[in-house]
Amino acid sequence: MNQNFDFQTVDGIIDKLGCRPNSIIGILQSVQEHYRYLPREIFPYLSRKLGISEARIYGVATFYENFSLEPKGKYVIKICDGTACHVRKSIPILERFRKELGLSENKKTTDDLGFTVETVSCLGACGLAPVITVNDKVYPAMTVDKVSELVKKLREEM
Amino acid sequence: MLKNREDLKNLRSLCKEALKAEKKKILVCAGTGCISSGSLEIYDRLVELMNERNIPCSVELQEEPHGNTVGLKRSGCHGFCEMGPLVRVEPEGWLYTKVKLPDCEEIIDRTIISGEHIERLAYKKDGIIYKKQDEIPFYHKQTRVVLEHCGHIDATSIKEYLAIGGYSAFEKALFDMDGDEIINEIIESGLRGRGGGGFPAGRKWSQVKKQNEKEKYIVCNGDEGDPGAFMDRSIMEGDPHRMLEGMMIAGLACGASQGYIYVRAEYPMAVDRLEKAIEQATEYGLLGDNILGTGFNFHLHINCGAGAFVCGEGSALTASIEGNRGMPRVKPPRTVEQGLFGKPTVLNNVETFANVPLIIGKGAQWFKSIGPETSPGTKAFALTGNIQNTGLIEVPMGTTIGEVIFEVGGGMRGDGEFKAVQIGGPSGGCLTKEHLDLPLDFDSLKKAGAMIGSGGLVVMDDKTCMVEVARFFMKFTQNESCGKCVPCREGTKRMLAILENIVEGKGKDGDIELLLELADTVSATALCGLGKTAPFPVVSTIRSFREEYEAHIYEKRCPAGSCQKLKRIEIDTALCKGCSKCSKACPVSAIRGKVKEPFSIDQSKCIKCGACVESCPFHAIKEV
Repeated sequence: MNQNFDFQTVDGIIDKLGCRPNSIIGILQSVQEHYRYLPREIFPYLSRKLGISEARIYGVATFYENFSLEPKGKYVIKICDGTACHVRKSIPILERFRKELGLSENKKTTDDLGFTVETVSCLGACGLAPVITVNDKVYPAMTVDKVSELVKKLREEM
Repeated sequence: MLKNREDLKNLRSLCKEALKAEKKKILVCAGTGCISSGSLEIYDRLVELMNERNIPCSVELQEEPHGNTVGLKRSGCHGFCEMGPLVRVEPEGWLYTKVKLPDCEEIIDRTIISGEHIERLAYKKDGIIYKKQDEIPFYHKQTRVVLEHCGHIDATSIKEYLAIGGYSAFEKALFDMDGDEIINEIIESGLRGRGGGGFPAGRKWSQVKKQNEKEKYIVCNGDEGDPGAFMDRSIMEGDPHRMLEGMMIAGLACGASQGYIYVRAEYPMAVDRLEKAIEQATEYGLLGDNILGTGFNFHLHINCGAGAFVCGEGSALTASIEGNRGMPRVKPPRTVEQGLFGKPTVLNNVETFANVPLIIGKGAQWFKSIGPETSPGTKAFALTGNIQNTGLIEVPMGTTIGEVIFEVGGGMRGDGEFKAVQIGGPSGGCLTKEHLDLPLDFDSLKKAGAMIGSGGLVVMDDKTCMVEVARFFMKFTQNESCGKCVPCREGTKRMLAILENIVEGKGKDGDIELLLELADTVSATALCGLGKTAPFPVVSTIRSFREEYEAHIYEKRCPAGSCQKLKRIEIDTALCKGCSKCSKACPVSAIRGKVKEPFSIDQSKCIKCGACVESCPFHAIKEV
């Protein structure tokens, strides 16, 4: 563990959301938004600050799908596999992304921390199925063919 | 800051005047669907063009109108996401579909300046051009009551909401009614919870009011996790004040001064719009302490989910707001007795709260005049899948499934034939052709072994494999099972394993019976609603499509032809010229033959990758 971890950002988040046990989910969300994952260093720190056990914080962090204890890529690509997208063939799109980026079900992030590819149950944009999001920007009516183009474009922007 | 009823009335009439002064209006849809198709760029371009041409335009409702201005607004979701980006022109009520950036100039020059209709951009079907939005069959068959403002007002403006009579139901409740009168009106209206269970909202409220506790809470469930459902999102994004008003009335009725809105993390724009709406209402003094000088206090907070479907369950949701793992607990005590922070809590979903201002404003009798006696009102549905008009719709309860699919939905997409519709997501069931005349209301659906759920309707055609659909939902619930109780944690896992075997061609005799037995046990013994209903899609697909299961198990065949592992690839000997291209393309050397004679595939080696199909220049290889 990094002994010299700078807690200034975390302190700022705690001040903003309130130093209360029931703020924990919001705090973890903001921490993750900043670091793109939950660094291990914050667990003992938050435990002391909020007066709740490290186990409870760890429990919360591992319960919810959105939290990640591993660093995520700069571009998080979420392929919607909700019912509507599923019946309009979202899985071939997922597979193409994985192939393009050399990822798999067990390896979700590229080694250069450029891309993370994951599925999400439903983005609620079912009218435009199949959809994907890249860092919350929605791309409607995706096709397998559009995948390489998009990856190329994102690589250029990186 | 509004200090009393007079202030509110004055502000409202000012806003009304301002809205009236906008002789023409352009509403660009800013729902998630249209935004992703580029509607915000269209909006910006329109503003730019208006400025270039010196047309006085107001992007925000002015309290002191300058006369002849054109209102240019970003509205909530129109529901017709398929045809987006959508642009509506008022007062004519024209709807332009699939608008592109280069079209903007024409819209300004022809429609705004010269008042002409642009036929090219209108919706067309079967050779008919539909000028007006209301004439389009998709809208014509609907009764938009809860969604009436979505697409018709600026979703981010409290002034506009006030101008069309917003917060007048709250005003009425605050000054002219007491708690019991409000609750009686809701009970009288017969409003039932729109989140799935259909519990009467008024009864819930009166139970909370009766509790002898100082602190009580109003919680809105915006954790719309059902895959294929987005009604609540559209309300939160398109008419956020309507929902806030409903929650405020609930607070007033039950004596609560704190409210929480729990929104899925996947809905960032809904969170944004709600935050803005709360900020505006607080600024005007409609939220906060001593509201309009009456001594009533009400504060609203937003909590974002973090990706857990189970948090749509009441006790899991409150646990999540409290900062814990979102796991359900044993009931009783029920949420109305000990809910959030152990205090009496009213927990309703978004659509339920959005109905409340209508009932208080127009009266219980009006509400009861829509839909059947036991399930009055309307219901919003998200219509998706293999259907022509995907999108958000609202119809009176009791409308039949056939009417929704073939009249509002416009029938099937492509040349597929209607096979089934999945209602209620992973907790619901499949309904088939024989159910087309079934009215969509709580009780009729329950009798048919399905449930309204939150209102997702996924339409499937004859190319959809029902065993695969059951597997898909089971995979979803298994993945989302919180792991607290054994029946759900282990039962869904075992059921999923069996279903996976079946779709992979490894099913065996007795699997169907075992699935049904497991389903029975899980439904009877799981702790919460998620677990209890998890087997429903399996049970209902077995009931209606048992022969499909049997074909997979005994004949190793997928009748819909969609299960990859059960596909057979065959060479048509009549078409094969023996060029040997396929044999070279095959990665597992499963194709053999003599050059210039028909080749054949060794099925025991074939991995069904399809490489040979693509390689054949004579189209002699086919998946069967």
